[in-house]
Amino acid sequence: MARIRAFENAAEEASKGGVAAFGASLSAANVRGPLHLSTGQEAVPAGVCANLSRADLLTSTHRGHGHTIAKGADTTAMMCELFGRASGCNRGKGGSMHIADFSVGMLGANGVVAAGIPIAVGAAQAIKLRGGGEIVACFFGDGAVNRGPFLEGLNWAAIYRLPVLFVCEDNRYSATTPTGEMTGGEGAAVRAAAIGVPARAVDGNDVEAVDDAVCALAGEIRAGGGPHFLHAITYRVKGHVSVDAAAYRDSGEVTRALEQDPLRTAAERLAARGIGESVLAQIRTEADAEIARAVAAAHAAAWPEVAEAYRDVQDVGAGRWY
Amino acid sequence: MPELSYAQAACTALAEAMRTDARVVVLGEDVGRGGVFAQYRGLQQEFGRDRVVDTPISEATIFGAAVGMALNGLKPVVEMRVIDFALCAMDEVVNQAAKARYMFGGQGRVPLVARMPIGLWAASAAQHSQSLEAWFAHVPGLVVVTPATPADNYALLHAALESGDPVVYMEHKELWGLQGEVPEGYRVPLGTAAVRREGRDATLVTWSRTVHAALEAAEAAAQRGVSVEVIDLRTIWPWDRETVLASAAKTRCLLVAHEAIQAGGFGAEIAATVAEALQIPVRRLGAPRVPVGYSRPLEDEARITPDKILAQVVALSEAGGRERSAAPR
Repeated sequence: MARIRAFENAAEEASKGGVAAFGASLSAANVRGPLHLSTGQEAVPAGVCANLSRADLLTSTHRGHGHTIAKGADTTAMMCELFGRASGCNRGKGGSMHIADFSVGMLGANGVVAAGIPIAVGAAQAIKLRGGGEIVACFFGDGAVNRGPFLEGLNWAAIYRLPVLFVCEDNRYSATTPTGEMTGGEGAAVRAAAIGVPARAVDGNDVEAVDDAVCALAGEIRAGGGPHFLHAITYRVKGHVSVDAAAYRDSGEVTRALEQDPLRTAAERLAARGIGESVLAQIRTEADAEIARAVAAAHAAAWPEVAEAYRDVQDVGAGRWY
Repeated sequence: MPELSYAQAACTALAEAMRTDARVVVLGEDVGRGGVFAQYRGLQQEFGRDRVVDTPISEATIFGAAVGMALNGLKPVVEMRVIDFALCAMDEVVNQAAKARYMFGGQGRVPLVARMPIGLWAASAAQHSQSLEAWFAHVPGLVVVTPATPADNYALLHAALESGDPVVYMEHKELWGLQGEVPEGYRVPLGTAAVRREGRDATLVTWSRTVHAALEAAEAAAQRGVSVEVIDLRTIWPWDRETVLASAAKTRCLLVAHEAIQAGGFGAEIAATVAEALQIPVRRLGAPRVPVGYSRPLEDEARITPDKILAQVVALSEAGGRERSAAPR
């Protein structure tokens, strides 16, 4: 969680002035374009991925840095990707919104809400066909429950009894709109249960609660119990993108949410169990130092050659067609 | 191999591929019962329900799951029934299948073949009759294939499965029953056109079912003393520029005919490329920009018939004749 927080803070700093949305202007920021920060949501990926092995797979969202780090990706390759450099994990071709590290089973962040759900169920179907023991963790936000692929993908996983852990990371906002105002009925977990996917809700800011829940759910899935669903309720501390000041919400709401900050809660728990402040400070210092090294490496890294624009388009019919 | 129908030819190729490559799986609505056009007949009986997967009516997830399967080592064949229904899966085609390899920096590939038949289908009206090949040719990452004969449907389906790219594979709904010789082990590389009839006076480029109308038109033109070269493009992306340009350089005029709507159709790309390269007369013939109507006279208005092609090609060859006499020998 400390490493994710440090990464998000550094990415935010490096993005200043880099987004043309929400009234800000484009300028020479190092991290350009839409940057969706998961600050304050760290307990969800940390608690989920603590129960995954490297061979397990994961699909993510546009707000995917935390999932990528928690799955084991290298933060220097990730920061290079955010800086658009050739040594980025996607060779500079994806940026924040499409960050991926297949070497650790992270099958990509996605710029389209709910688009990872069908991909996750297909990846799980391939596992089942091979007779493999891996599972797929499929992350999506609360906004995704209102898109068609949510219904289609959950139904699909249910009828084929696929090894998928659906994780609704509920940060309460669909871009700038409160999701509750846009969602009929009882929401994510009830919808999942109605399709036949056993679901449970958990405090997504409590990393132990997430870990405990996923330990049980992943155990069920690995035992052949088919798909399961976790509704992890957290809060989006930052705006939709890094330059969105989120002025549409009451500042008291954010202040109250910060009292439930997952890192703060975890630190208090650890302190109560006799883990001294010096240990926690060391964890933070090491995380900050790791990310500072990543930022320095990204500054120094080379840009992609223009020829890279033509690579990995396709095999048949590739090239400079005009 | 004996004569096969266009549907049997594809089914045979798919069965052969499934026997030799355990990664090939089929998913879509009604495939277990052979598919609504019998283009999957017998496959579930031979390969089982896990490799020939009957799915819910969930086009987005059929396609999206195929992307996930492909990223995880399989080669899915995606059944969309008709192109019109594949529009329910456009995000999965355009933003996911076509983009994944590129935007993830080559970490993953999406080898899949999406069968989404195009074309007029008698009395099927506006939502079952479209020819949208130009939409997909416009999207980098995709290969677009439009077989016109049983032999090509056999060979090109093999080529599509071997390509490693996401292939939009567009059979024609009025060709399923067409019979033809399919040579044993026949293979055609993607991106190669076929010269179906040689000629001197005009180049006629076409694909899919319109190939057959074009050949009728060329025969009628010959009786009027006009010698038409008919090129079946077979693959829309990548299209065989060399064959088309070589023919057009010889005949000094070009007509592109297709069943898709003329405005913004792929014929425009071919005509523009030839005009830029050779500065010769070019024409397009496609459907008017209206939905296909149900009633026979309305449907007929959208059809590209041999007569319509003949009128265009005869007029064009006269312009080409002036070019040929003016061109240096």
